[in-house]
Amino acid sequence: MKTENQKAWFFVLPVLLLVAFNALIPMMTVVNYSVQETFGDNLFFWEGLGWFEQILRSDRFHAALGRQFMFTALILIIEVPLGIAIALSMPRKGFWVPVCLVLMALPMLIPWNVVGAMWNIFALPDIGLLGYFLNHVLGINYDMTQDPVAAWVTIITMDVWHWTSLVVLLAYAGLVSIPDAYYQAAKIDGASNWSVFRFIQLPKMKNVLTIAILLRFMDSFNIYTEPFVLTGGGPGNSTTLLSIDLVKIALGQFDLGPAAAMSLIYFAITLLVSWLFYTLMTKDDLN
Amino acid sequence: MAKITLKNLRHSYFPAPKGPEDYALKEVDLDWQDGGAYALLGPSGCGKSTLLNIISGLLVPSEGQILFDGNDMTTATPDQRNIAQVFQFPVIYDTMTVYENLAFPLKNRGVDAATIDKRVREIAEMLEVTDMLDRRAAGLSPDNKQKISMGRGLVRDDVNVVMFDEPLTVIDPHLKWKLRTKLKELHQRVGRTMIYVTHDQTEALTFADQVVVMELGEVVQVGTPVELFERPAHTFVGHFIGSPGMNVLPAEMRNGTAHFYGHPVALEGPIKSGTSGKLEIGIRPEFVSLSDTGIEAHVRKVSDVGRHIVVEVEVGEHRVSAILNGNPPAKGDIVHLQFQQNQTRLYADGWLATDIASQEDAA
Repeated sequence: MKTENQKAWFFVLPVLLLVAFNALIPMMTVVNYSVQETFGDNLFFWEGLGWFEQILRSDRFHAALGRQFMFTALILIIEVPLGIAIALSMPRKGFWVPVCLVLMALPMLIPWNVVGAMWNIFALPDIGLLGYFLNHVLGINYDMTQDPVAAWVTIITMDVWHWTSLVVLLAYAGLVSIPDAYYQAAKIDGASNWSVFRFIQLPKMKNVLTIAILLRFMDSFNIYTEPFVLTGGGPGNSTTLLSIDLVKIALGQFDLGPAAAMSLIYFAITLLVSWLFYTLMTKDDLN
Repeated sequence: MAKITLKNLRHSYFPAPKGPEDYALKEVDLDWQDGGAYALLGPSGCGKSTLLNIISGLLVPSEGQILFDGNDMTTATPDQRNIAQVFQFPVIYDTMTVYENLAFPLKNRGVDAATIDKRVREIAEMLEVTDMLDRRAAGLSPDNKQKISMGRGLVRDDVNVVMFDEPLTVIDPHLKWKLRTKLKELHQRVGRTMIYVTHDQTEALTFADQVVVMELGEVVQVGTPVELFERPAHTFVGHFIGSPGMNVLPAEMRNGTAHFYGHPVALEGPIKSGTSGKLEIGIRPEFVSLSDTGIEAHVRKVSDVGRHIVVEVEVGEHRVSAILNGNPPAKGDIVHLQFQQNQTRLYADGWLATDIASQEDAA
């Protein structure tokens, strides 16, 4: 018989305490709010699952959720293939490797609110470099403060600018780990460039791409700062993503109960979709 | 299938090589006969992988030509040369099944499905992987993966040459022997030219009919395993092949006779005219015996390796190994060495400098 050593639990304890204080306990207060109605003077009334029902049935929530999925889907569709394409065209050795890597890493080093502010100024129709250029040089009518389509184009472009590098760097890491012999064997086997990509590069990048897609999904699904600074959710509600709407309910209207219920639903969706992604992308590895 | 000729081949990895030391490959002239089993043997960094990559077309030589049946293929791509290569680490396409892996080189060349099926099953049968055909190749053990890589090389029946670049490096010792036997058997069955690169003399000598020994970018000897063992053309070959390798002892000439440590040594035959440079006597441990008279030496080490006993003695500061079949001396004993005359050779600057005496039987 194998004797089980229980000592490991002891070592996990500090982490458990830390997580309890910075995640579990704050989250339990959210759970607490989500099932009660609050008034001033710390008066609480039991509300049951009422807030959840209200949120799930609300058109406002459906609209924000729809915008959120659209945003995430669009940036994934653009950033993943673009990131792979850039990684494929980067040099594998020589002087330009560190240059490319540093250039790629730069956007990711800029704080999120600064990115939002930069793009806000950049895109302003009359004074921003981009806005001025589009309106007065190319003659395209572009105003992200008035036109929802322009606002969407701007937030998507901003996210692509900010985060494609992450996909590039991860995909590049996968690519450089492929030994030369694979490319040589493929040449000898008469494989086309497409076959090399399909049967050598893509399978070798699969693990890092899974991580890249997961990270980009979670980050973009929970995105707040950049679009908030850039468009503030407008014009109208056209770029009000889930997190922006949540903050409006919680801190703008001070509806703590519905906001808490919405947080939990939001969290559950993120978790569920992440789990689905991961399970689907790794299911082939099991056999 | 073709006869492959290498003409005045030189290669340097530097764009503007200055001296001979900048060349990874110095002047190689070789013929590979169609259907032969060759081994390219040499220590790491001797240029054998460079030579292999030049033959396969992964590398274009700085100078010289490669001819396939007389046609210049120096700048042709691997695909145009129609060759196959098996690498040190097994290369398999992870997402494909074993069957798809084996079919891949044929599919890329537009071979029809029925022929592909026939060839794949034939090769799978030879490699004994038929029961794995439907399995994902990613999950196989290293030796089976290497078998699949070999299979991809053998599946095309029109390849000019199949090259193996140290293919058994990652294989467990007990499976190495099995795969080596398999390779030899495959060569006999398919009759394709095969070139096997290795730094392991056992692998080279068991696989090849002809062994090409390389050192420092040069071919030092080409011959059958027996020739390499019996009459090494260079002290390097003598030292590199055999266990322990040939004794290489400093020599000097006095009145036309070679002397080692003040003792005259009889050589296998006359010294080639014009011999000069650094002189050395080469004799394999198998032909050194102990006797009552001869060169005085004292015993440093005695090791019983099973089949025979290896005795290491010292003559002055020079070490000499001898292989004996019984009655070993003890450590510290004073013994006397005898060199078997027809196996004692003189080398000048590393190269063989004696001819076989005409009146003697040179077995």
